[in-house]
Amino acid sequence: MIDLSSLTIEKAHKDLLSGTYSAVDLAQAYLTRIEKLNPELNVYLEVFSDVIAQAEVADRRLKAKKEVTMLTGIPFAIKDNILIKGRKVGAASKILEGYTATYDATVIKKLKDAGVIFLGRVNMDEFAMGGSTENSAYGVTRNPHDTTRVPGGTSGGSAAAVAADLCLAALGSDTGGSIRQPASFCGVVGLKPTYGSVSRSGLIAAVSSLDVIGPITKTVSDAETVYRVIQGKDPLDSTSIDTEVKTPVKTLKIGVPKEFLSGGGIDPAVLNAFNAGVETFKALGHTIVDVSLPSLAYALPTYYVVNFAEVSSNLARFDGVRFGLRKEGKTVLDEYVKTRAEGFGAEARRRIMLGTYVLSSGYYDAYYHRACQVRDQIRADFKKVFDTVDVVLTPTAPTPAFKIGEKSSNPLEMYLADIFTVPINLAGVPAISIPSGEVVVDGKKLPIGVQLVATHGGEGTLLSAAKILGK
Amino acid sequence: MISKTEIEKLASLARIDVTSAEKDSFTKQIDAILGYVDQLKQVVIAPISDTASTAVNVFREDVGAHSSLEHTDALLSEAPDREGQYVKVQKIIA
Repeated sequence: MIDLSSLTIEKAHKDLLSGTYSAVDLAQAYLTRIEKLNPELNVYLEVFSDVIAQAEVADRRLKAKKEVTMLTGIPFAIKDNILIKGRKVGAASKILEGYTATYDATVIKKLKDAGVIFLGRVNMDEFAMGGSTENSAYGVTRNPHDTTRVPGGTSGGSAAAVAADLCLAALGSDTGGSIRQPASFCGVVGLKPTYGSVSRSGLIAAVSSLDVIGPITKTVSDAETVYRVIQGKDPLDSTSIDTEVKTPVKTLKIGVPKEFLSGGGIDPAVLNAFNAGVETFKALGHTIVDVSLPSLAYALPTYYVVNFAEVSSNLARFDGVRFGLRKEGKTVLDEYVKTRAEGFGAEARRRIMLGTYVLSSGYYDAYYHRACQVRDQIRADFKKVFDTVDVVLTPTAPTPAFKIGEKSSNPLEMYLADIFTVPINLAGVPAISIPSGEVVVDGKKLPIGVQLVATHGGEGTLLSAAKILGK
Repeated sequence: MISKTEIEKLASLARIDVTSAEKDSFTKQIDAILGYVDQLKQVVIAPISDTASTAVNVFREDVGAHSSLEHTDALLSEAPDREGQYVKVQKIIA
């Protein structure tokens, strides 16, 4: 029996190399566990039928010691908005039911080249809109630490899969916290890379100016391993960039945005976990300083206006003509409205309508144009802060995982839970959520994460700071 | 305060059918959300530039296209209805 609970990519790689077990053995161990736990947790929307065949290919590579990478034979879960050629993909939406991807996302191509095993596609909030995975058309995913609670979202399936040992690593996507918040709720590591450092080609678009793909793993080292494989400029994504990995400094200057933390609404257990992070850094001789990010007060309304506008534009392509669901109607227009009403869930329809509103003539200047200006201001504020500090430390989410159904009837309340994560996407800088403590609620241990933020392309510093906390 | 008529108008512009029960809940929810994002109007900032954003467009040469018909069949086979090399839809001109 392979002990999956203590397994990391680093360890599995050594074991696969030394022949302690084969890639087939490892894949089979995960398949067995998925079979046992998935009915209750609802993490996988589909487990691929050719997992063992994929593992056999990896084993041949390992045996021949040819083209072996750190990821050869490592079993991954993939969020349901990342395309794998020839496999079904649906962004957890009814409107893409039955859709088969016609090409590989660039990140998938890179993982395939590295020899990764794809176990299956995992649940998410429909079209990456939400913060709990409750907006999936295929039912909520349950938090492995307490099955009455949400795993977070939108990459809730990815985070729950890693936390419950239903895969060794997962890919998620982060638009306003969708990798970091579920990582915090599930007690795992979630890296949101610099915007553009990982190609979006083959990621089903939600908010194109904010979306980025990143890894969810058990350790910071594992996140780094995956990030190094998937990053890099890609001709298929004009917003992609190469980031130079600078050698991190030894003694870190860590900024804490005090005004941001005194706003109230933060769970005491979250503050404890945050303070524990501060103390860890202090004890190791790093410097903690207060930093000011005044425009953060407007980050949430700015984020949501940009989100609505881009979501409504990106989802305009789903009309039942070229792919996905089509509902019969009397005219073409009739088919559009019926298809979109039936195919999209409530949150998607709300945001499409809100986006239509903020982009309409007469409102454009007051909302979208304004939001873009404030976004530039937020970006400038972060730039200024990173002139003086190496990383910024904040909580990842204001609370531990909440109960299923607790916020689902009030969309605005769900939005407010993104307070610490959305400014990062607006600024385009990289951030990571690392487990930093836990709180016992109703007899269940709930994990709590903290977030570290670095400057554009500062993944090197970010990851080395994260390793200090991750120990 | 956003009205139910405005919600109907938005739904029609967004090509979405909404049921009458949804009209009520969407009106309430969208009104609350717009009320929240309205605080953007009060932000006192000196715009960094006159344009909507300091982001720049990235252009490339229109080269490196795949060969004709290479992906046609794979893409067409995803259409809900097709006829030969065409996507089939309802009659548009009456």
